[in-house]
Amino acid sequence: MSAPSETFLGFPAFPEAAHDAVRDRELRRTMRHATHTIRDKRARAVAELADWDELRTAGAQLKERTLRHLPHYLEQLEEAVTRAGGTVHWAADAAEANRIVAELVRETGEQEVVKVKSMATQEIGLNEALAAEDITAYETDLAELIVQLGRDRPSHILVPAIHRDRRQIQEIFRERMADWGRTAPENLTDDPVQLAEAARLHLREKFLNARVAVSGANFMIAETGTMVVVESEGNGRMCLTLPDTLITVAGIEKVVPTWRDLEVFLQTLPRSSTAERMNPYTSTWTGTTDGDGPRAFHLVLLDNGRTDTLADQVGRQALRCIRCSACLNVCPVYERTGGHAYGSVYPGPIGAVLTPQLHGIQSEVGASLPYASSLCGACYDVCPVAIDIPEVLVHLRERIAEQGGKGHRLEKAAVNAAGWVLNHPRALEVGERLASLTRRLQPKRLPGPGAAQWTRSRDLPELPARSFRAWWKENR
Amino acid sequence: MTTPHRPTATGSRARVLGRVRAALADVPPAERPDEVLVARDYLDVHDTGGPGELTDLLHENLTEYRAHVHRTTRARLPETIAELLAVRGSGSVVTPPGLPPEWLSGTGIVRVPDDPTGTPLTAARLDAADSTLTGCAVAIAETGTLVLDAGTGQGRRALTLVPDHHVCVVRAPEQVVASLPLALPRLDPSRPLTWISGPSATSDIELERVEGVHGPRTLEVVLVTGS
Ligand code: SF4
Repeated sequence: MSAPSETFLGFPAFPEAAHDAVRDRELRRTMRHATHTIRDKRARAVAELADWDELRTAGAQLKERTLRHLPHYLEQLEEAVTRAGGTVHWAADAAEANRIVAELVRETGEQEVVKVKSMATQEIGLNEALAAEDITAYETDLAELIVQLGRDRPSHILVPAIHRDRRQIQEIFRERMADWGRTAPENLTDDPVQLAEAARLHLREKFLNARVAVSGANFMIAETGTMVVVESEGNGRMCLTLPDTLITVAGIEKVVPTWRDLEVFLQTLPRSSTAERMNPYTSTWTGTTDGDGPRAFHLVLLDNGRTDTLADQVGRQALRCIRCSACLNVCPVYERTGGHAYGSVYPGPIGAVLTPQLHGIQSEVGASLPYASSLCGACYDVCPVAIDIPEVLVHLRERIAEQGGKGHRLEKAAVNAAGWVLNHPRALEVGERLASLTRRLQPKRLPGPGAAQWTRSRDLPELPARSFRAWWKENR
Repeated sequence: MTTPHRPTATGSRARVLGRVRAALADVPPAERPDEVLVARDYLDVHDTGGPGELTDLLHENLTEYRAHVHRTTRARLPETIAELLAVRGSGSVVTPPGLPPEWLSGTGIVRVPDDPTGTPLTAARLDAADSTLTGCAVAIAETGTLVLDAGTGQGRRALTLVPDHHVCVVRAPEQVVASLPLALPRLDPSRPLTWISGPSATSDIELERVEGVHGPRTLEVVLVTGS
């Protein structure tokens, strides 16, 4: 087992956090507006491609091939990166990754780094670890900046400040920008154009003077050693191009076999994520290039629970995830609770299957998350790499039931929480519509002898032809 | 620059790879990666127009993502460039090595040439320049994307990043491909690549799209057709 990340300490488990969040009306309005806007746009962007199903299948298969032969691809990647002038480091857990990055920064003599939004570095709590070494990490993605200045936590994979509205952002910028560098302009209003301009001015001096950058990677090409970062704002390009030293931290599952494979993922990721045909900026680089960009490139390959996930033949598919966030945007539970209720940097449906696997089902958070779902199947329908999230959820519930003890006790509370969230008056129509729309996909979600055993012993019915809410009413 | 391998780091490499192998105990040892099926049944091209239609599609998609697109001919290119720099009110333009000199022959604007092998322009110098003028490696019609590969007439990545105004010249139809699957084989992954689809943008505030954050806030694309 790898060491769990400290990020999770102090979070309430899902049931409790979900109750609080659903009662927060302002949050619910913000979340509803945001998720509905993006889900409709995504549906239109996807409908443009007649071969979406084939792209989705190929994406899933490419990831499957990679995962089944991960040692081969990791070694190939390491060799290619090294040949191109980069240095590869391996980190078994969060603490080791943080140590490696801190040491690399110290070797440069710098005490500040600029950062590109990266789930992996959030997962390992890199900023806090660097702060403990007197190194300041500046987040440069607009939403990450809002979160950092607001001393807040991210609540969405793609739009970490999705829980903040423009008024709150205006306030945060006015009050906190000065603490971190350039002050917010006088008379800053809550107009998104002005807020973006304020961020541009605030971060400009940091980019132009930065010597060290830390990034993640959306994809790593084993064949060529190429890193790929997909973004919108240009903060990524700034960090990847202007500093002398670039440190990229990426989970071992981010590798894909060949350059050609981008023809699949660069078609499916932007459409699933921001609902665009293509995101404004994508950067690819291979090691270092004379006279262009950083002179030193370090790649930190992170395990931190991924190999535990890989070992579970049902749960393994969660490692295909390309972090598009489509499953969050369609999830009726996420829409009502927001991201913080999941107590993890990975919220929503993918968080509900990934967090317990990365960090174990022994903790309260880990044992409650697989119940943060009505199993409606909307997440599976939109997933561009066809992760059968409901299947993994049911499988994890079995594992939790088997472990007994604490997990067993938690189970009931957690089931109640997901039910309560969906049973909330205004929550009804959407949940029901989704459930009936996806009903035809349900039966295969309760497969195998394990599931049958679970439903018997847990006294839960087969997954409903009727909605979760109807089931809940009858059974609570 | 390489960092000497630390003893702990070497240990972790073996440890992580060992765990990965142990986790995959269910995979038959004789299975080769290419034995795991990948069905590439998706399309190479979605829009099957002729070369002229591809240019129109590129134009349309670039415009939809708020790039300003100008059509011109080879002969009128210098005039077009001079015009749009004048309209913008630019006082200086960054030029990469190998930029065809005739592109700027219609204007007396201050040139800020980058010389990466001698004294490359500093970030501050780039920040002080008004515009930057480059070509590109390939353009993708279906997605409205320009790809720059840091080659001749494009320069290193910082040149098209720091100034607030980027003018990019695309030669149609030679440089225009229909789709992403057709673009990838034309690109060399060992070079640093920048894929640009419209000016920088953010939707981080209530998912409302705002153009122009850190990259050039204005992207002008000049599509050069015919002779
Ligand atoms: S699980 Fe699928 S839909 Fe959800 S973020 Fe990952 S790739 Fe996207």
